[in-house]
Amino acid sequence: MSCALLLLLMSLALAMGTGAAVEIQRPRGVPLSKRQFYEENKPFTCLDGSSTIPFDRVNDDYCDCRDGSDEPGTAACPNGSFHCTNAGFRPAFIPSSRINDGICDCCDTTDEYNSGATCQNTCREMGRKERESLQIMAEITKEGFLLKQQLIHEAKRGQEDKQGKLTELQGSKKGLEEKVEALRTVKETAEDPEKEAKERHLKAWEEQKELLRMEKDKTRMAEAFLELDDDADGYVSVAELQSHLELDPDSDGSLSETETQVSQGQSEPPAPVETPQEESRDFVSDHDSDHYPEDYAGEEEEDVEDDEEDDHDEEEEEEKVTPEKREDDEVSMPPYDTETQSLIDGTYSHLQSLICDPECISICRNLEKEIGFDFGPSAEFAYLYSQCYELSTSEYIYRLCPFNRVSQKPKFGGSETNLGLWGQWAGPEGNLYSVMKYDHGQGCWQGPNRSTTVKLTCGKETVVTSTSEPSRCEYLMEFTTPAVCQEPASLDEVLHGHTEL
Amino acid sequence: MGPLLVLWLAGCLSGTWAVDRGNFKTCDQSAFCKRQRALKPGQSPYRALLETLELTNTKLTLQLINDNNKVRLLLELYRLQGNMTRVKINELKPLKPRFEVPDVLINDPPTEPLSLLSRDENGVVLSLGADSQRLIVSAKPFRLDIMEGREVLLSLNSRGLLAFEHLRIRKDTISYKIKTKVNSMWENIKWVFSSKVDPEGTENKEETEAANEPTEGEEEKAKEDEKVEDGMWEETFKSHTDSKPNGPSSISLDFSLPGVENVYGIPEHADSLKLKATDGGDPYRLFNLDVFQYEVFNPMALYGAIPVMLSHSAQRTMGIFWLNAAETWVDISSNTAGKTVFGQMLDYVQGSSETPQTDVRWISESGIIDVFIMLGPTPTDVFSQYASLTGTQAFPPLSALAYHQCRWNYNDQEDVAAVDQGFDDHDIPYDFIWLDIEHTDGKRYFTWDPHKFPQPKDMLQGLLDKRRKMVTIVDPHIKVDSSYKIHNEIRSKGFYVKSKDGGDYEGWCWPGNSGYPDFTNPEMRAWWASMFAYDQYEGSMENMYTWNDMNEPSVFNGPEVTMHKDALHGNWENRDLHNLYGLYVQRATAEGLIERSGGVERPFVLARAFFAGSQRYGAVWTGDNAAEWEHLKISIPMCLSLSLVGVSFCGADVGGFFKSPSTELLVRWYQTGAYQPFFRAHAHLDTPRREPWLFGPENTALIREAVRQRYALLPYWYQLFYHAHHSGQPVMRPLWVEYPQDTATFSMDDQFLLGRDLLVHPVTEEGARGVTAYLPGKGEVWFDVHTFQKHNGAQNLYIPVTISSIPVFQRGGSIIPRKARVRRSSSCMEHDPYTLFVALSPKRFAQGELYIDDGHTFNFDKQKQFIHRRFSFANNALSSRNLAPGSQFTTFSWVEKIVILGASKPSKATLKTHDGKESQLEFEFDASMSVLTLRKPGVNAGLDWTVVLQ
Repeated sequence: MSCALLLLLMSLALAMGTGAAVEIQRPRGVPLSKRQFYEENKPFTCLDGSSTIPFDRVNDDYCDCRDGSDEPGTAACPNGSFHCTNAGFRPAFIPSSRINDGICDCCDTTDEYNSGATCQNTCREMGRKERESLQIMAEITKEGFLLKQQLIHEAKRGQEDKQGKLTELQGSKKGLEEKVEALRTVKETAEDPEKEAKERHLKAWEEQKELLRMEKDKTRMAEAFLELDDDADGYVSVAELQSHLELDPDSDGSLSETETQVSQGQSEPPAPVETPQEESRDFVSDHDSDHYPEDYAGEEEEDVEDDEEDDHDEEEEEEKVTPEKREDDEVSMPPYDTETQSLIDGTYSHLQSLICDPECISICRNLEKEIGFDFGPSAEFAYLYSQCYELSTSEYIYRLCPFNRVSQKPKFGGSETNLGLWGQWAGPEGNLYSVMKYDHGQGCWQGPNRSTTVKLTCGKETVVTSTSEPSRCEYLMEFTTPAVCQEPASLDEVLHGHTEL
Repeated sequence: MGPLLVLWLAGCLSGTWAVDRGNFKTCDQSAFCKRQRALKPGQSPYRALLETLELTNTKLTLQLINDNNKVRLLLELYRLQGNMTRVKINELKPLKPRFEVPDVLINDPPTEPLSLLSRDENGVVLSLGADSQRLIVSAKPFRLDIMEGREVLLSLNSRGLLAFEHLRIRKDTISYKIKTKVNSMWENIKWVFSSKVDPEGTENKEETEAANEPTEGEEEKAKEDEKVEDGMWEETFKSHTDSKPNGPSSISLDFSLPGVENVYGIPEHADSLKLKATDGGDPYRLFNLDVFQYEVFNPMALYGAIPVMLSHSAQRTMGIFWLNAAETWVDISSNTAGKTVFGQMLDYVQGSSETPQTDVRWISESGIIDVFIMLGPTPTDVFSQYASLTGTQAFPPLSALAYHQCRWNYNDQEDVAAVDQGFDDHDIPYDFIWLDIEHTDGKRYFTWDPHKFPQPKDMLQGLLDKRRKMVTIVDPHIKVDSSYKIHNEIRSKGFYVKSKDGGDYEGWCWPGNSGYPDFTNPEMRAWWASMFAYDQYEGSMENMYTWNDMNEPSVFNGPEVTMHKDALHGNWENRDLHNLYGLYVQRATAEGLIERSGGVERPFVLARAFFAGSQRYGAVWTGDNAAEWEHLKISIPMCLSLSLVGVSFCGADVGGFFKSPSTELLVRWYQTGAYQPFFRAHAHLDTPRREPWLFGPENTALIREAVRQRYALLPYWYQLFYHAHHSGQPVMRPLWVEYPQDTATFSMDDQFLLGRDLLVHPVTEEGARGVTAYLPGKGEVWFDVHTFQKHNGAQNLYIPVTISSIPVFQRGGSIIPRKARVRRSSSCMEHDPYTLFVALSPKRFAQGELYIDDGHTFNFDKQKQFIHRRFSFANNALSSRNLAPGSQFTTFSWVEKIVILGASKPSKATLKTHDGKESQLEFEFDASMSVLTLRKPGVNAGLDWTVVLQ
């Protein structure tokens, strides 16, 4: 009540802060930018224009203006705000309810002028600390941003490679399919009535020889792809393929084995002849949604791969009953020339198997999937793909595999828990790529499925810096990466943009 | 804090969100309740032996005999000061003493002399003082009637349901049979001897013996004939067997209340304020239990028990206090309960002679009958009468009336700091942040998790720097762990509750295998209290307070999730005192908090289980509710029921404990909780975070506004609690308490009064567009506290609402002090000025009060350091005068603004201060709303002053 207008004298701290003090009088709590509205000895008009009061009612500890503008330096208005100059640090507005509440809010102590609280002016110290940390941050940002440029460059190259590879694979697949189509005609022809058998047989034989040559080319081609993949070591599809090959080291041999088996016993009939392309695609996509192995951890891959093969058989048997029977009927039809026929059949099946070759399909699929990911505006997050980062806490090892999954494994035994699968970028508007969301993890008892929010901050290194579980089964992970580093503002700007006076 | 998350129970829970009724007994599954309830109203076998009547200055005693088994009872009648009657009935010669509840009454209730008005062979008539009140004792069958004039107020045993299972010796055991033989031989010898040796005595003596001897013989015979029923000597529920070494011991008594249609109280039940008739269903049960996911609207027992019932009619309010701490069931029947409104009207039109009547029957498993009949006649009188017996509400520290932020669990110190900062960042006030069980080192109470809370004092200091506080949980189950100091000391001192075999009783609770300290033992309580000393409870500081959860006690693997009834507290079974355990836990803790400050600071302790008298030790809450609209609604009648029986400091978990509330429900719950006494948000471990700022800026603003309304009103809340402490008047009141003749208010569950002057009708319906509030009082007016719109009383008022609406009305004729400068904690507002809201009655009159003290010590009591002022507006003058001339206190607070609602425009306003100086006040007048605002009187809130309007 006793608070008449108190002018802000240039504080000692202010003088110390800049050494270039200019005395400017203004009512307590008013920022420089609004000083002009508070002219001594003239009636004061509330900043919202709602009323005009004598100037001695500014800062008289009674709220006259609806917008609180008459009491910038007292706690009288519930919606008021107080400006601390904080010379040496950065100026700030605090709610007027924090004026004289016994708690030091402004580092220049100006908010506690009548509460008995003993506040120390900490602005210079805070300013120094802030400058230090800003400096460190600026350096990190600078280096991080350079690294980011590199990442963008690599990502671009990698992306092109992959796109090329995919196109190539898809092209050759198409070629193969065309050949299969051709061979189908041959096969059908070979199974035509006997009268034209001889010529056809000869013709077929020649064609078949041609096809065999082509087949050899094709096999070489497939091998070449694998070689190619090896060359492009470091990318996901390759890594997966490699691990796949390790798991199945005879992959080359198994191709021919399959071929032999197929050609000899027809034990694994090919996809229906009528619409081979569609069928095989359907099959692949079914498989994708049901058992897409990439959704599982590497250690599970073996099992999954087995499952996949089993499923392959089962599904083939279940779903293709009619075509299979027809195939059987065709087979049971007495061939004109068993030898020729078996050769034709063998080649046909082999080509079929090339088209449907799980590895080949998997390569295509992985490439497609990888290309489909949103790796940021300049694909700067692409390098995280197929990588995993761990953080060890007192109890658990947390593992973040970007664009794939987050998991938690007890340090001292116990099984791994899925804390969420890649969901989407979930940053706020304007900064979408600052937060990743992983969801649909393992369910909690009477709770939600586990999920993880990953907050990305700029850093030179790519590392998980902390994890927590703010809410039951909702995890929070902090992750630094150069990929989120923004182009640094000049250091001067950073350091001097914040201080008034 | 939630019960039973533990795995072995998970199976039983089957994942549904509802109470598993199978875990809890029905009356039929509780042997004594079943036996007692099988007795039907009729002729009572009890007869008063008028020749045994003795009348002393303080009491009347009289023997009763059960003509069926010849067991004699001793009846004691007392007339107590303040218009109460106490009726005690015990066995005349029990085999061993029966339990009488200690430590609940604050003293031996002072008596007033009873005088004998008349006496004949049918009974006696006693005078209960001047009000033409009489107590009539009828001999055969025994019954008691309390009359006023020609009107019967209340009758006992009028339906003949007095039943007293006398203690007896088990007869189906071999040892008994041998003993009986020997005894009867000995009796025969004795009899023969006595007759031979002393054939002639005085006439009197002979008479007495003649009266006694055959009776005893008959008694034996009658006892022999008694049927041994199932469940008398052993009872099994689910996998638990209750050994019942003392056999049947239950008691029952009926009360008839002519002219009464409404009874209230007997918390804790999740049911409507007005109690329902229990015919055809289970009686209301009073047995402190940890009920997982309780359901609303049923008579099942919950965490606490206060065996006090209020009866109310337009003519009179009375109370029945059944002082018994054993498992208790209360049956209610009413001759009007079954009738529809139309049926009742028909009765009225046809002049049906039947007066409404409510019959009540109390059944307890053991102990004695000890009933206090509080004769009112007004609600205020009943509150005073009950307070004179069991004491008043503890006066909490002012900050405890502010907002509390809780969650199971704030994970670590960083989490606490972040939440604390979150409140500042979003400019939402709060005073207390709470830590649930996870803060401890392996659920060892009085300890801290060394990884999550390595520096508790730093954390507490951080809160103290912001003038905020913390509550940590200390539950009464102690981990059995030889490396745990608390356990070792309790064990070595022999302070644990014992099992029936004499070893330390152990059960499962949060820490796993746990012991249960015997809080009924005063030495144990003193030791427990000493554990709260700053040097004992490491990491504690003066801004840290305590929460006692699970004090029913909860025993996860015990029968009905509580302690075995044959567990021993000294010589008494848990059966005898079960409902008292929680009270003792809270008491010992509150005493610890007082002691650690050298008796200076007021404690704050929240407990889940309670009993009559618990109000003296702190706050209670309605336990583990759920994030459902029904649970929000039931919080009102649940806290009102508690308020009626002494416990004013009541609240429900804001947001609901189990499940996750919709944003709308959360906002509505904050709005409701802001106007209930104990205002704490809490959430289950498995629910997503729900700090107020997590639901978008709009909802943050809504919650901020609700919390700010609470803070602005803290001066009024504090004053109401001062009165609750001082005179036992409830803070939160059903409307009928203030409008006892207005029958429209008798069964309201959706609105309530705070004190006399604020009427709150929170929005508790999902998607509500409007609410209909009942404004009571013919000829009165009410002012909307937000818009200052005036409404007439005695009407149903439809109020359109939006999501920001909290319908609250100030009574015309009242003056309410507020602090408009809401800060980040209540402590920060200590010296802030007041705004007075003067709501004028139609006769342009208003009255109010202001109470101020230091907010946290006992100095208000011990040194009379407080300010208590009366504000009166009459004859166009508002004045402040001292209500407590003997008190001394000074405040920095002043009066910054006076808002007069329903005013007319004055030509000038003159302020006269205590030193005789006069000055003119500026004012604003809003003609459309008739609101006069006086600008800045600037007078100190502790001084005399007057404002005259001309």
